[in-house]
Amino acid sequence: MTATTTQPNASGAAFAGVLQRQGAAVVLVLGVAAAWFAFPHFGTADNLRSLVLQGSFLAVIALGMTFVIISGGIDLSVGSNYALGGVLAAYGAQYGLVVAILLPLAVCSLIGLVNGLLIARTGMAPFIVTLASLLFARGLLLALTSEGSTTYKVEPGSAFLWLGQGTIFGIGVPVYLTLVLFALGGLLLRRTRFGQSVFAIGGAEQSALLMGLPVARTKISLYTLSGALAGFAGVLTAAYLQSGVTVIGVGTELDAISVVVIGGTLLTGGAGTIVGTLVGVLLRTLIQNVINQIGTLDSNYQTVVSGAFLLVVVVIQRLLARSRTR
Amino acid sequence: MSSATLTRTPDRAKVTAWLQNYGVYLAVVVLLLFNVVFTENFLSAVNFRTQLVQAAPVCVVALGMALVIGTEGIDLSVGSVMSIAAALIPLYLGAGPLTAIIVAVIAGVVSGLFSGYLVAYLGIQPIIATLALLVGGRGLALVIAHGQLVQLHNQDFLELGTGDLLGVPIMVIIAGVLAVLAGLVVQRTTFGRHLVAVGGNRAASTLAGLPVKRVLISVYVISGALAAVAGVLATSRLAASDPSDVGLLMELSAITAVVVGGTPLTGGRVRVLGTVFGALLMQLVQATLIKHNLPDSTAQMVQAAIIVVAVYVARERSSR
Repeated sequence: MTATTTQPNASGAAFAGVLQRQGAAVVLVLGVAAAWFAFPHFGTADNLRSLVLQGSFLAVIALGMTFVIISGGIDLSVGSNYALGGVLAAYGAQYGLVVAILLPLAVCSLIGLVNGLLIARTGMAPFIVTLASLLFARGLLLALTSEGSTTYKVEPGSAFLWLGQGTIFGIGVPVYLTLVLFALGGLLLRRTRFGQSVFAIGGAEQSALLMGLPVARTKISLYTLSGALAGFAGVLTAAYLQSGVTVIGVGTELDAISVVVIGGTLLTGGAGTIVGTLVGVLLRTLIQNVINQIGTLDSNYQTVVSGAFLLVVVVIQRLLARSRTR
Repeated sequence: MSSATLTRTPDRAKVTAWLQNYGVYLAVVVLLLFNVVFTENFLSAVNFRTQLVQAAPVCVVALGMALVIGTEGIDLSVGSVMSIAAALIPLYLGAGPLTAIIVAVIAGVVSGLFSGYLVAYLGIQPIIATLALLVGGRGLALVIAHGQLVQLHNQDFLELGTGDLLGVPIMVIIAGVLAVLAGLVVQRTTFGRHLVAVGGNRAASTLAGLPVKRVLISVYVISGALAAVAGVLATSRLAASDPSDVGLLMELSAITAVVVGGTPLTGGRVRVLGTVFGALLMQLVQATLIKHNLPDSTAQMVQAAIIVVAVYVARERSSR
């Protein structure tokens, strides 16, 4: 693994390392197996199809977040960007498919670019900059929709809807798009100089600077990428829901951070995987699905479970990291 | 370095330093003057009372936040802790207002112990430790309250949010007393000095034998307790327990008040009076926008701009 070192002679530490990287996958397999037996409806093709489709929107956001967190940063603006992207897409759909995709991508990338510029050029804390743009993007969204009272609906029959509602071999188009994006993301992270710079910056920013890596440029690209992906997730959601919904995306940044962390990416930066994030998304979606299957459970428990889950994962990650350095 | 930057830097640094020390007071005065001139009916006792009463909960939360930020931490859970406190009030109001308030504050203390333990003893980053409680806490509050808004009719309890003492609203007095206490703690106590030292340099404080972990856990407990108090005050003023709405985005307002008030996010320095004025400033900005019929969307974008400018100004000192 890049930037994480294991002592080969300490078997306990090696085991902790494996657990840190693969723990989520193990839990996912066990969870799916348990849910399959416990809930008769869980294993049906319909439910599994909707499970992966639901997960795909969050996955696209989490992909950008993975890059940002590996670089040692954080992007709290993704939830607002996601909602803004959806509204812009639904608004743009009346001018055709191209506008529906490009308009949100342009605006959300621009917000990401400003995030990146402020973080890289002024040295301000990422979480404060992106907190401000969380407010800003939500404000812009409200202004666009006259305080949220206007909903932009996509006309039925629009080609744009295929992006969200279409299926290939019975599986939703967003799922394929997500897989393509993750493949590209994986290549970008593992096979390019840009990816190496991301790991280097997250591992030790000062050293990366001294090595002559383009630290500022990489950071600006990262936050732009994160903004664009959040906007694209908004596009897919708008196509799926057939309208730009103003109230979505509140707290999505937390979901995205959770799944990235659950996937084994370290919040301190310098280590992480794209595949882990995918596993994290599936695990998160599985939990939501199970809560829905139980049915009688108060829906407010969903957020309690999310919070508790994030916490458990972070604590375990922390304890494992400790036992490895010992 | 070119000579141009060499000659410019001292002036700029001076301006920045001045802005950091007095910017918030200047901003409050400017905004007051603007309102006196351009806003109808601004110069009235009723209006001043309203402004102060509305600023009180933010102020109370921001005081705790200032202590946490002083240790180079952050507490994102304050809004959710407020909602937990609000959800508990109607459950215990039958046993008397005092019991209800005590239960709510204990819940705040427990929340703070929880975050503080994660930060101090497990070494988890403050932003994540408190993020988990931000997500889970409001859900918990809604579970406790079954997602319902409850109207409150206990007059003794409502007195807290609406009553006066010698012509001054009780809420304002409470916020004032807490501010004075916070100021004394920071300036006059060993704990205050430890707090600033821990925020300034954790490693050096540990080596110097300061009780670093105890200081860290304490600031989160204080922040949780103060957030609960703010939740109680907001509930009493509303005459209703509304866990889905109370304290929403409070973490943002509180952090902004603290940073605008001159406490740097990098820790090692706590400005209590600045924080109080920061809270007043946030309230005045909001009131000004509302009184001039600017929509919510504009208010949010203005708040975003204020956060960025304040942090940018605060940054100069730490990077110098």
